[in-house]
Amino acid sequence: MEELKAGSNLEKVLRAGHFAFTGELGPPRGANAEEVRKKAAFLKGNVDAVNITDNQTAMVRMASWAASLLLIQEGLEPNFQMVCRDRNRLAMQSDILGAYAHGIRNMLCLSGDHQQFGDHPQAMGVFDIDSMQLIQMVKKMRDEKKFLSGADLDEAPKLFIGAAANPFAEPFEWRVHRLAKKINAGVDFIQTQCIYNMDKFREWIRRSNDMGLTEKAYILAGVTPLKSVGMAKYMQGKVPGMDVPDAVIKRLQGVDKKKVAEEGIKFACEQIEEFKEMKGVAGVHLMAIEWEHKVPEIAEQAKVLPRPKVD
Amino acid sequence: MIVAKRKPFEDIKNMLKDYKKVLNIGCGTCVAVCLAGGEKEVDVLTAELDMARKMEDNPLEIGKFTVERQCDREYLEALDSVVGNYEALLSMACGAGIQFLAERYPEKPVFPAVDTTFIGINQGVGWYEERCRSCGSCVLGMTGGICPVTMCAKGLYNGPCGGTNKGSCEINKDQPCAWFMIYERLSKQGRLNLIMDVVPPQDWRNQTPRTVIQPGYKKNEVA
Repeated sequence: MEELKAGSNLEKVLRAGHFAFTGELGPPRGANAEEVRKKAAFLKGNVDAVNITDNQTAMVRMASWAASLLLIQEGLEPNFQMVCRDRNRLAMQSDILGAYAHGIRNMLCLSGDHQQFGDHPQAMGVFDIDSMQLIQMVKKMRDEKKFLSGADLDEAPKLFIGAAANPFAEPFEWRVHRLAKKINAGVDFIQTQCIYNMDKFREWIRRSNDMGLTEKAYILAGVTPLKSVGMAKYMQGKVPGMDVPDAVIKRLQGVDKKKVAEEGIKFACEQIEEFKEMKGVAGVHLMAIEWEHKVPEIAEQAKVLPRPKVD
Repeated sequence: MIVAKRKPFEDIKNMLKDYKKVLNIGCGTCVAVCLAGGEKEVDVLTAELDMARKMEDNPLEIGKFTVERQCDREYLEALDSVVGNYEALLSMACGAGIQFLAERYPEKPVFPAVDTTFIGINQGVGWYEERCRSCGSCVLGMTGGICPVTMCAKGLYNGPCGGTNKGSCEINKDQPCAWFMIYERLSKQGRLNLIMDVVPPQDWRNQTPRTVIQPGYKKNEVA
């Protein structure tokens, strides 16, 4: 068997052929370590790794690497997220080395939401390199033991490299080519945008299968349970790149107001059941945004427990 | 052309408040074409300043002079015999012109009357749009003639990002997604192969002051 690239739990679970189940945790808007620990407690034992967002929606939060370290202390495996908006290539590489030195083994490479959305719209967006180039850079550091400049580094950061994919954005025809580009850049796993339009997702994964892409990288299907009709409508109308079909909104509107959240979870679990059987899907990335306390219940209902232990 | 925009009148007036004799200098090239700092705009601003200072009972002796190009030594020379009569200079040229003026008359305080905004094109009378960031290594041949550095809000070389929104940029529905346009154009030209491979990181060469010496020329002794 081929040697593990990073040896993270997530990599081992996927390599062993288990259906992966990962979670998400947004660091606090302050120096509150307790909040991170509190959220982590709901995820512990229920997921294989936890994606720690990096100043998501361009709002300043505790650093992803710092919250990742808190998770390691709590016995969870973090997936350290890095966006291209806030750092140049020097800062990125030094943070990557530091993160690895402290035990981080997964990393997610993203462009980052534009700073205009956040709490510092006056900020200069860095974007020295883009997400595709970031993937290439981490791979070069890991596999060639070289900095982006080509200079040698003394110990390689053995990271399991992730990236995002949006199966829904236009032009749809380009989506699989973009995935192929990320795979060529060196990505090991993909977290998709939250999926609500199952027809479109099935088509995207079919095309990815046809191009052989799902054999080259593990695809984790993104699932975010809808808490309310308002949330669904917001996602549909206000979040760029999100595709929420009217039928999904109608389904939530069709149940008693007190049971909308329950219905949202039910829909998410149905999706997860389908993903388990879907060729080309290696797992689910559950983004229960500010709903971490619901993760144990969702994991139970989605029948993904207990999580596998792979040595 | 270089596009500029006049600063708010109060800001200009405030910069000049301690001076009694000021020369307002226009530029007849880019800023004249974009209606920010040519002869006509010099006339208007000069009259406004004159009027405002009179009303404040603090009269300003203000002269006006528009040179063909403030970024060209040959044209600046025309000012040599005039500048001595004034305490300070107000320039309506782009940032390059203003600096070249200040360099020629280092003993004189120089003030900018415009904000230099971008390298752009003329969409209609008085309507200009940015098209170039002068990054120093042009990729337009690969991107169907659409600049990803200027037209993509994140300046991505391997777009579009996940925020592309039905042809629009995530920052604003009225802002087209550069990479959507690049895809569409290359697709119609049958040249999508150009963007199938990952473009490596940019060699940013616009981080220090740049000099260009065209082939066959050399740096002359400064006159």
